[in-house]
Amino acid sequence: MLNEDNLKKLETLRGRFQTSQSLTLPVLWMIQEQYGWISPEAMEYVSHLLNLPVSHVYGVVTFYTMYNQKPVGKYHLQVCTNVSCMLNGGEELRDHICKRLGVSPGETTQDKKFTVTEVECLGSCGTAPMLQANDDYYENLSLAAVDELLEKMK
Amino acid sequence: MIDSYTEQFILTDIPNLHKIEIYEQNGGYGALRKALGMAPDAVTDEVKKSNLRGRGGACFPTGLKWTFMPKQSEKPKYICANGDESEPGTFKDRQIFEFSPHVFIEGSLIAAYAMGVQFVYVYIRGEYAKWIKLLQAAVDDAYSKGYIGKKILGSGFSTEMQIYRGAGAYICGEESSLMNSLEGGRGYPRVKPPFPAQFGVWGNPTTINNIETLSNVPMILNRGWEFYSKIGAPKHPGPLLYGISGHVNKPGVFELPTGVLLTDLIYKCCGGVKGNKKIKAVIPGGSSTMWLRGEEIEGVKMDADSLKAVGTSIGTAGVIVMDEDTDVIKVLARISHFYHHESCGQCTPCREGTGWMEKILHRFLDGEGTMQDIDLLLDVANNIEGNTICALGDAAAWPVQSVIKKFRGEFEARAKKTPMVSKYVKPPHLVELKTA
Ligand SMILES: Cc1cc2nc3c(=O)[nH]c(=O)nc-3n(C[C@H](O)[C@H](O)[C@H](O)COP(=O)(O)O)c2cc1C
Ligand code: SF4
Ligand code: FES
Repeated sequence: MLNEDNLKKLETLRGRFQTSQSLTLPVLWMIQEQYGWISPEAMEYVSHLLNLPVSHVYGVVTFYTMYNQKPVGKYHLQVCTNVSCMLNGGEELRDHICKRLGVSPGETTQDKKFTVTEVECLGSCGTAPMLQANDDYYENLSLAAVDELLEKMK
Repeated sequence: MIDSYTEQFILTDIPNLHKIEIYEQNGGYGALRKALGMAPDAVTDEVKKSNLRGRGGACFPTGLKWTFMPKQSEKPKYICANGDESEPGTFKDRQIFEFSPHVFIEGSLIAAYAMGVQFVYVYIRGEYAKWIKLLQAAVDDAYSKGYIGKKILGSGFSTEMQIYRGAGAYICGEESSLMNSLEGGRGYPRVKPPFPAQFGVWGNPTTINNIETLSNVPMILNRGWEFYSKIGAPKHPGPLLYGISGHVNKPGVFELPTGVLLTDLIYKCCGGVKGNKKIKAVIPGGSSTMWLRGEEIEGVKMDADSLKAVGTSIGTAGVIVMDEDTDVIKVLARISHFYHHESCGQCTPCREGTGWMEKILHRFLDGEGTMQDIDLLLDVANNIEGNTICALGDAAAWPVQSVIKKFRGEFEARAKKTPMVSKYVKPPHLVELKTA
């Protein structure tokens, strides 16, 4: 399941940790990078690759919120509604996006383009409100700015 | 004080300081060179005398922490640099990754030398993909110039550095949880003792320090402990990265000495409150610290002892300002939701209690809260505090305790006036908990 590049990366990483169990998170990241989510088959694969029980891999995947246990849209919009964002309109931002895309938090649009999630503080409290789309942060957002952003995400 | 203070050490205004050549041109890695010429103990001693205290929230004396590491050890020794930065209201370490990565790398290397550490792991929250890339680029540059790796700068000292990406769990900022995460498991905090210096990553001696803490080390070596110890508050000295957010005109991260006035941060650094409104409440050091009422902030200084004296703590120096129109119960409910969501679930008081607190607070938001609920809420908070494996339980209890204490009137005004018959009942285990 891992591509050549990632298998190579994995080999260099092996020498950097005392146990292969430490590679659970890095390998799961590689899987998610390639496939967008972590399927049950992927968990089994990781367990073989690292010689760990499947239950361990499953335990890790379910503990950490960033590992997607089901497919997400092309753009995963993660809106922070924690305190600093909330004080600066984070909830309005969330509602606006949901309304525009016709989904509730946690859902994916029918065309599979967008998934909207409500998340905890992302460390951008000084540039609130904000959202993370896949790996990128979009900060100091106004409703107009987010409209523009969604337009661009085709 | 703010007007007269101009020198910055971590987030300087030197352009492109993230580039290794620019950093070197400005004296970068000179402190490492200096340290390598000293005995390791002398380096630790310098840090100890500087009075540097941890910037990760608990203010523990850094030099003292380093002395806990065994000097002779059959086993390898490790540093975990803590860049989990997930406490709501905190957004400073990412500034270091972006603008001053080499200050952090140099500080970590000096720490590694002082403690005889063979491997530095940098744990960074998973969401910081961009900042992980930025730091990785800086680490690669430092490797290629011989600052990290085998026989650093021709000395007999070798150490490695490896970034580790978290995956979205606030609890992994807690040091023992961080180590379990680094070992590839779920981020469950460990019962202490044993402490990390005895039994850390894979059972080996480990020291955990915050990113900003380690970034203070180069200047201590460069300018000497005496210079450092005279910056800011005597018992908690040094430059500090204050992050101010919420209802202020110009939020941001500011490097200033410890002990500046909270009002100066708000009015001088951030241009005051939006719309010139009055301040209703301030959270001084990240979401887990006790709140201050607007009337209380006059004259309050931002250092460990001054904030302790007014019943709260400096935490991560992440200041959140709320204006007079803020619904404090709503904000508190959001904070409680956060702790409930982030509880790892190992201890009953934290796992259950955080949920109860969130639920009770939502009753007030729904107009269903009663007068008894106020005391029930306090009761739950009091029963979490001090009864858990890690400090997340306390972190969840403190804001609740302080907001009830300081804004009880708001709860009373919101409470239903027909108190006795509520569709909610008191959670049954609560009685048990109290006697435990
Ligand atoms: C729930 C919880 C979350 C924490 N999160 C962080 C964090 O994100 N970053 C951090 O540096 N310290 C965090 N800490 C504190 C660490 O446990 C530890 O004290 C700190 O990293 C030590 O570094 P210092 O001595 O340099 O401050 C957290 C503690 C708790 C209880
Ligand atoms: S206090 Fe909470 S977060 Fe900490 S170990 Fe217990 S249940 Fe987990
Ligand atoms: S509160 Fe939204 S990024 Fe911190």
